[in-house]
Amino acid sequence: MLRGRDIISVNDLSRHDFEEIFRMADEILEAPDRWSSILRSKIMATAFFEPSTRTRLSFQTAMLRLGGEVIDLGEVEKSSIAKGENLSDTIRMLDSYADVIVIRHRLEGAAKLAAEIAEKPVINAGDGSRNHPTQAMIDLYTIRRLHGRIDGLTIGVLGDLKYGRATNSFIAALTRFRIGKLYLISPPQLRVRDDTRELLVEAGIEFREVERLEEVVEDLDVLYASRIQKERFPDPSEYEMVRGSYVITGESLRGAKKNLVILHPLPRVDEISFEVDSTPYAKYFEQAALGVPVRMALLKLILVG
Amino acid sequence: MAEKPLLVAKIRNGTIIDHIPAGRALSILRLMGITGKEGFTVAIVMNVESRKLGRKDIIKVEGLELRPEDTDKIALLAPMATINVVKDYAVVEKRKAVPPKIVEGFLRCKNPNCITNQKNEPVKPRFITASYDPLKLVCDYCSLALTFDDIARQLESRP
Ligand SMILES: [Zn+2]
Repeated sequence: MLRGRDIISVNDLSRHDFEEIFRMADEILEAPDRWSSILRSKIMATAFFEPSTRTRLSFQTAMLRLGGEVIDLGEVEKSSIAKGENLSDTIRMLDSYADVIVIRHRLEGAAKLAAEIAEKPVINAGDGSRNHPTQAMIDLYTIRRLHGRIDGLTIGVLGDLKYGRATNSFIAALTRFRIGKLYLISPPQLRVRDDTRELLVEAGIEFREVERLEEVVEDLDVLYASRIQKERFPDPSEYEMVRGSYVITGESLRGAKKNLVILHPLPRVDEISFEVDSTPYAKYFEQAALGVPVRMALLKLILVG
Repeated sequence: MAEKPLLVAKIRNGTIIDHIPAGRALSILRLMGITGKEGFTVAIVMNVESRKLGRKDIIKVEGLELRPEDTDKIALLAPMATINVVKDYAVVEKRKAVPPKIVEGFLRCKNPNCITNQKNEPVKPRFITASYDPLKLVCDYCSLALTFDDIARQLESRP
């Protein structure tokens, strides 16, 4: 049951919760018009303290497609936040206007604090470096749609496994399923944190940490790519040295399985070269498009069950 | 040995905290808010032999009854400690200082990007005890862990 619940972290979600959302998203995709007024008279507030046009528009589109209304905090630099109003007071205000609050914030724990303050359900649209639960829902849903299952698959996650909130949420979400094998592909500086490793061991997931995609590409059913940010390296020359090894090109995919699915939370900068877009592996645009039905499913289940 | 009389020096009503890791007695007194100006009779025994700890400290305070929040703090700094409640020269209650499952308010998260470290947000830091031995607390907001050393350093550096 998701009705009335806050969605703060993947850790609060069971396999059953994921499956409930996936089934609802299936139903929505089958007959989108059937749901076009189910959230009439409901209001969703979006509060993006950190800008993310994609995620905000995806949530807003989802709400509008369900017949609901949207209010938006606007650009934080221009709103009262810039004048020193804190997160807590802003959330209290939105709580009195809206039926559900969607928040994005740079700081760790911001969404959790918002959920403690608000009476209405709060959905985390990304905070800190760990949590982006709706992105994980979309990622898994895309895999399920394209491969027909999640269990048993061999999955590679590439890029920033330490600070990337999308990769962290994706890996945490995989522990809810019985995947075949997990490859963690990253430069040594950006390996998963110890607690992620503990989480994987606890969940009984077979995983291996490697530095190069080429070592494992032939095994993969899914390759989840992410961005490596320059700011993560204290020494810019170190960044220049590693970045090339983590750019996905036609060459680096040599030997890949025919039905390999490449995902990316987008936006990308240069970590997947454009030549890959025209290969059958490239599924990240499809993944992005599935963001709307998955978020529709979530909003519907939270607001009316 | 001078050790014996010190150890048996009896108190009538009050609290004995035993099995404190050696050298921590003064920090624990400070955590309890005891400066010596409150009028309690206080005996501190430091660095005595202990079968369990090698060396240990002991604190005896005449006339003091511990509040639950004091026990919590003592448990964080001295997870092995035993708290004896004395009434009429007899130990009427003996309990282990067990770190609480949830620690709220008096420790700070180490993560500068944690929402609990923002000055203008009305939020109390909150930690969940993830492991008792060795002691490890995890921030409920950002999941960053505090080790026993982090905890001890924070509690001992309190003004
Ligand atoms: Zn924290």
